[in-house]
Amino acid sequence: MLARVGERMYWFGRYVERAENMARLISVNTNLVLDLPKVKHIWGSMIDITGSPSEFNQRYQRVDERNVIKFLLEDDNASLSAAVRRARENARTTREIIPAEAFERVNELHLYVKKNVDKALRREGRHRFLADVMNLCHQLTGLLAGNMSGDTAYNFIKIGRNLERADMTTRILDVGCLHLMQPDTVVAEYENILWMNVLRSLTAYQMYRQHVHDRVNGEDVVDFLLRDMKFPRAVGHCLGEVYECCAQLPRQDATVRAISHAQRVIAGCDVAALLNSAKLHEFIDDVQLDLAEIHRSVRDTWFGAQVVVEQEQTQA
Amino acid sequence: MDLKSYKTSADIYDELLTTQKRARPGMGQLVNFLKRSSLRELNERRRNAELAITTLGISFTVYSEGDNIDREWPFDIIPRVIRQREWERIQQGLTQRLTALNLFINDVYNDGKIIKDKKVPTDLLRSSRNFRKECIGMQPVLGVWAHICGTDLIRDADGTVYVLEDNLRVPSGVSYMLENRNISKRVLPELFEEYHILPMDDYPTQLFDTLSSISPRPKDFPEVVVLTPGIYNSAYFEHSFLAQRMGAELVEGQDLVVGDDDCVYMKTVEGLSRVDVIYRRIDDLFLDPEVFNKDSVLGVPGLMRAWKKGNVALANAPGAGVADDKVVYTYVPEMIRYYLGEDPILPNVPSYMCSDKTQLDHVLKNIENLVVKPANESGGYGMYIGPRESKRRTAEMKRLLKANPRNYIAQPIISLSTVPTLCDNNIEPRHVDLRPFILQGDRSFVTAGGLTRVALVRGSLVVNSSQGGGSKDTWIVADTPGGDS
Repeated sequence: MLARVGERMYWFGRYVERAENMARLISVNTNLVLDLPKVKHIWGSMIDITGSPSEFNQRYQRVDERNVIKFLLEDDNASLSAAVRRARENARTTREIIPAEAFERVNELHLYVKKNVDKALRREGRHRFLADVMNLCHQLTGLLAGNMSGDTAYNFIKIGRNLERADMTTRILDVGCLHLMQPDTVVAEYENILWMNVLRSLTAYQMYRQHVHDRVNGEDVVDFLLRDMKFPRAVGHCLGEVYECCAQLPRQDATVRAISHAQRVIAGCDVAALLNSAKLHEFIDDVQLDLAEIHRSVRDTWFGAQVVVEQEQTQA
Repeated sequence: MDLKSYKTSADIYDELLTTQKRARPGMGQLVNFLKRSSLRELNERRRNAELAITTLGISFTVYSEGDNIDREWPFDIIPRVIRQREWERIQQGLTQRLTALNLFINDVYNDGKIIKDKKVPTDLLRSSRNFRKECIGMQPVLGVWAHICGTDLIRDADGTVYVLEDNLRVPSGVSYMLENRNISKRVLPELFEEYHILPMDDYPTQLFDTLSSISPRPKDFPEVVVLTPGIYNSAYFEHSFLAQRMGAELVEGQDLVVGDDDCVYMKTVEGLSRVDVIYRRIDDLFLDPEVFNKDSVLGVPGLMRAWKKGNVALANAPGAGVADDKVVYTYVPEMIRYYLGEDPILPNVPSYMCSDKTQLDHVLKNIENLVVKPANESGGYGMYIGPRESKRRTAEMKRLLKANPRNYIAQPIISLSTVPTLCDNNIEPRHVDLRPFILQGDRSFVTAGGLTRVALVRGSLVVNSSQGGGSKDTWIVADTPGGDS
């Protein structure tokens, strides 16, 4: 397989996942605002999650709901629309590789977002739009799982998807930590709601309740989202998937080592101690660096020197 | 459908009916089919064809239309029928022509015998925009430069088939020819029972064999790739189609690299992998920024070096376009006589060379009855059709001719033949041309038929899809013993 084609498969996987994650993130935070009307930092924290505060500040003066939502939905670079557009572009240039219906779906998603995105700027149209985007993304993911051979092309899509997923999970955890570290913003009574919200933004609430029997508390939530091997959005599970896909590719040594390293770091951490010493934020920073290292290794090993400038810019 | 209103006239050759409204030989089954079909049935078949085009994703790209650049392929369901007996002669003529053209190209980049023997003028090549001095002295494998040729044929009022032009650079359209057949199999299955139609779907295999035969490393599985300028090129659909059908990688310039050993490699997930044959679908001037256009990002630095060392084969070879020039075209009959010692089987359209003073004067005097074409353009751009142009455009054309006569040739107006076409509410005659594809490697091959392009506007002679033309499936039908054909 051509290195360029492999690279486009990888980014196709990442951008579809990113679009879905953005939709999920906006959706849950819109709900959270209704529960915690007095907490001011919620909208700003969403900009932090996407790792693009400087881009935001260049374009907007005020951090408020309207600006943040507009930015997250429509920005040229960091938004849901941009992710969908790039997913389509990567699919369009590899149409002979992916199933024909997959291109049709991603094209449909692109057209839907283009036509309807402005309806989501106001709260009353937002839920419907975001739910539709998530559904279309699920359709696409299911279609690929159902119609594509588990070959090199599909492996790259899965690597992209799972790295993006792991990345988003760590970002959401990180924002939870930031709130906890600022006692003036989150009153103790809201802590429970905050962690529930973290779980919900990853559709993890139900699974958490089934697998963790204690009440919702910071330690268990962090442990579940970092280390669970069965929940699809837990970092541990995602790394396992990436490992499995990479192991099937040629010249995988360096990448597999990078993945193993990240897995060991996560397996070895003491969540309670990190929470008590307020070091969780630093730890998550390290995990994100490890994820970036895996991305670099994937790129250098299989995609050669092909750096697609626009896409590199949006890698955190 | 009633064919009584179907118009024929003495100065245009209609391929279905004679001027007495009788079916021409071989057309009986088609005439019967049209007569027994109602407009509703034909429209139903047309809708099926449109559906097939959408689901098969057959599209072509038009430049500068912003977001919506992929258009669905315009197709007319009524096939164009040509008898095998006539086709065999055309095939021989096309093979003869490409053989002579390749001998000519190889000659002009090497010994230049034809110039020394004064069969063509010396300054003919120097002034050809597609002559590449970088190719002088090069001897490609088998001595073949143009491996793939698309030759445009037209039929005049008396039924004679003429060669209008040879496309030796990157001729396109073959994928549409193949897809047209797929569509007509879906929408006209019963006619396939009545006619014995020669199959054409072996083209990708033949192309692959031709490309394999010029590999610098003769072995069982040479690595053949299709080099495309990318998704925004108007023929991207075809590049992707051919790569898929040949089982070859579809590469862009950025996927290839020339190593220190002057061999070409493609970047794969396994690492670098040697490439033997490149079917390149980008123009000469973009092939190698080290040699040609310095700003080209479509090409591969060092590619010409690798080609000249014989480490990679390029199809068509750089410089092959020298014979693609409309002035050089006028000498092709001469080349056939010179190199092959044969008479040309297919005639050229008579042409006036404006570089010749007497001929230029004739052209200027009779310009309103002539077609004037730029020597190096393709796609019908810049064409002047005497009887249709405004006074202002005529004056402008005369000025251009005087300023740069070498850039133009003029031809009498050939009234392209017509074939029945399903129009809004009727079957009407529409003008057509035909582009068969000819391959030359260790063997020669001519497609059974070709891409018929049809001017969908009544009376129009412009068949280019970029300018409102459509296409038809072309059937070469065997003469069945005892039948009326």
